[in-house]
Amino acid sequence: MELVLVILIDGLVYGLLLFMLSSGLTLIFSMMGVLNFAHASFYMLGAYFAYQISRYMGFWPGLILAPIIVGVAGAAIERFGLRKVHQYGHVPELIFTFGLALLIEEIVQFFWGKNQVPYDAPEVLQFALFSIGTNEIQAYKVFMIAISVLIFLCLLYVLTKTRVGMIIQAALSYPRTVEALGHNVPFIFMGVFGVGTALAGLAGVIAGPQLGTFPGMAFLLGSIVFVTIVIGGLGSLWGALVASLLIGWMTTFAASYNVAMADILMAVGFEMPEEMSEHALRDIWTLTLPQIGPILPYLLMVVILVFRPYGLFGKRDA
Amino acid sequence: MIKKTKLGMATALAVSLGASVAFADTVKIAFVDPLSGPFSPTGTNGYAEFQYAAEKLVNEQGGVLGGDMFEIVGFDNKMSPKESLIQVQVAIDQGIRYIAQGNSSGIAHAITDAVNKHNRRNPDDRVLFLNYAAVDPALTNDACNFWHFRFDANADIKMDALTDVMAKDENLKKVYVIGQDYSFGKSVAAAAVSNLEAKRPDVEIVGNELHPIGKVKDFTPYARKIVSSGADAVITGNWGADMVGLGKAIIDAGFDGPIYTYYAASNGITRTFGEQGTGHIYLVSEGAVNPPASDRTAAYVEGFEAKYPDHDITQPRIANTIEMLAKAINEAGTATDVVKVAQALEGMEHDSIWGGKLYMRPDDHQIIQNVDIQEHTSEGIQFFMDASDWGMKLVSEVEMAGMDSPTTCKMKRP
Repeated sequence: MELVLVILIDGLVYGLLLFMLSSGLTLIFSMMGVLNFAHASFYMLGAYFAYQISRYMGFWPGLILAPIIVGVAGAAIERFGLRKVHQYGHVPELIFTFGLALLIEEIVQFFWGKNQVPYDAPEVLQFALFSIGTNEIQAYKVFMIAISVLIFLCLLYVLTKTRVGMIIQAALSYPRTVEALGHNVPFIFMGVFGVGTALAGLAGVIAGPQLGTFPGMAFLLGSIVFVTIVIGGLGSLWGALVASLLIGWMTTFAASYNVAMADILMAVGFEMPEEMSEHALRDIWTLTLPQIGPILPYLLMVVILVFRPYGLFGKRDA
Repeated sequence: MIKKTKLGMATALAVSLGASVAFADTVKIAFVDPLSGPFSPTGTNGYAEFQYAAEKLVNEQGGVLGGDMFEIVGFDNKMSPKESLIQVQVAIDQGIRYIAQGNSSGIAHAITDAVNKHNRRNPDDRVLFLNYAAVDPALTNDACNFWHFRFDANADIKMDALTDVMAKDENLKKVYVIGQDYSFGKSVAAAAVSNLEAKRPDVEIVGNELHPIGKVKDFTPYARKIVSSGADAVITGNWGADMVGLGKAIIDAGFDGPIYTYYAASNGITRTFGEQGTGHIYLVSEGAVNPPASDRTAAYVEGFEAKYPDHDITQPRIANTIEMLAKAINEAGTATDVVKVAQALEGMEHDSIWGGKLYMRPDDHQIIQNVDIQEHTSEGIQFFMDASDWGMKLVSEVEMAGMDSPTTCKMKRP
């Protein structure tokens, strides 16, 4: 029972982290219709920038500065790169962001090398805040939760309660009408892209000390972020939140319990084959839950796409 | 007349000069390992160690066979078995007779097969395979051959040594074994379980699991399981980002016992663990340099750090490989007839620069050497790693580990 509580907290941390990545991506995707393959690369840039800043000024300036730098870089890339490619259609845009992802990875390796860098949580947060049973919960994890929740509340407020948010919402559905009303839609696009990448950067800043800061970190999270926004529904902030938490808890729980497939099969009434090494279905018999944990989100995505192509909270067709 | 003499002398000089140039050959060693791509940090580090060892231990001592110099030629195998075979063929075509490789046992299997076939078909230009790091036990057992020499302790020997040390710990009651889901991770787990069962039947294996290799984003759930299981110690064969991720998660979760590893040092790992790893991270390896065995050891490491500030001596066995090869070539009196060199290597005893003895067991070409258990710490360290404030310190040493370990090798000799 104690373990369940611990896993709930761990899953929450991971889920909220996914949310910070997917919230930016889902806005960008629904607004421009472009799958930003480089989104997770901005997450990596955030971690590396924060690491670099933390070496000179400590963790806290990095927490503020790194996302801003990433956001400005993101906006510049939209303004001078993506916007130029936009007129040629979606495929060149896709290729552009894909190339950007590769480029960023190479740049990171060029400046910081291929090894993991020692980017650590600030010392004031390096202690166990409380423990449940024998498992300790680090203060930094609670800090991650706090930051993520704060970001979510800010986003929710801006998007639903302010004028800027209303224009963005309108531009999501009816860009031409919004333009006809005198709003600068390309500027809104640039702003959304910038804020989206800044959020990814912030996710990198706070995830770097926890999940490791190395050149493969973007690739590791890249695909799962797309899964999250498809499950949540494109353009939906609530969808992104619910899907992120769902995936966070699902993968954490799956990795935590060594439920063997053999037990399930036997419980359903199948008989364990005597000679396992020669059995045709031995791969299925020897599976455990932690092994299939990583594919569960993809499975969920397929199920969602079959039964609810709009995603959990989406309003438009994926 | 005088003119003629002068001409004659000049000719003689020219001839003798030409002859001495012809005599002073280079002995080339092909270094076939990843020099680009994600695994290149390990590869380039090994390359630097080989070059330094050849320079320091052979060339500066006057070379082999009275003046032949060692040259290390790098071949990038991109961590792929297929590419490795191509590079090995290129090296052979260039007249290179010594192939050194170490990263990945899968590649080592491919190379040892290829070398075996090549030598059978081309008795006139045979080559030797110097395996300096691929630790799959099979390479010196069922898959052994006369041309393959392993200078690293294999995974079973390392685990044998590690569990020898662990077994002495009276307080050890529960052990958790975790590793990457592939052949090496599985063989580490199997060896850990069988060794512990034999040496300490009272110790309970509270967990034995594999996780997807290079795919785990967050190791926290695994760490929670380990802490909840009440384990006193963890054994893992993880390397790279999987090693750091797992180690940090376990320590963060409040685990306060030792984590015994094969590869948790250098290549950014020591620096990343930093203070957190102190008292937790242990490494089973050979050639501990803290404290250095002798002045010669210290001078060697100092020279390396001065020449390659970005690298560390991560694989001390590379120096052993070079020294023993040079000794074998001198004993055989030839660098081109590799059968004689191999025969000289077989059964060779040598005093390692790292202290202790080396013995190349003739039955299976597995080197027998001291295996060290080292501790990640910042105290008592003379040679740091990753240019950080931490390094690996010797805790205990198993002398001539695995001397009597059995082998199923039945090699055909030429």
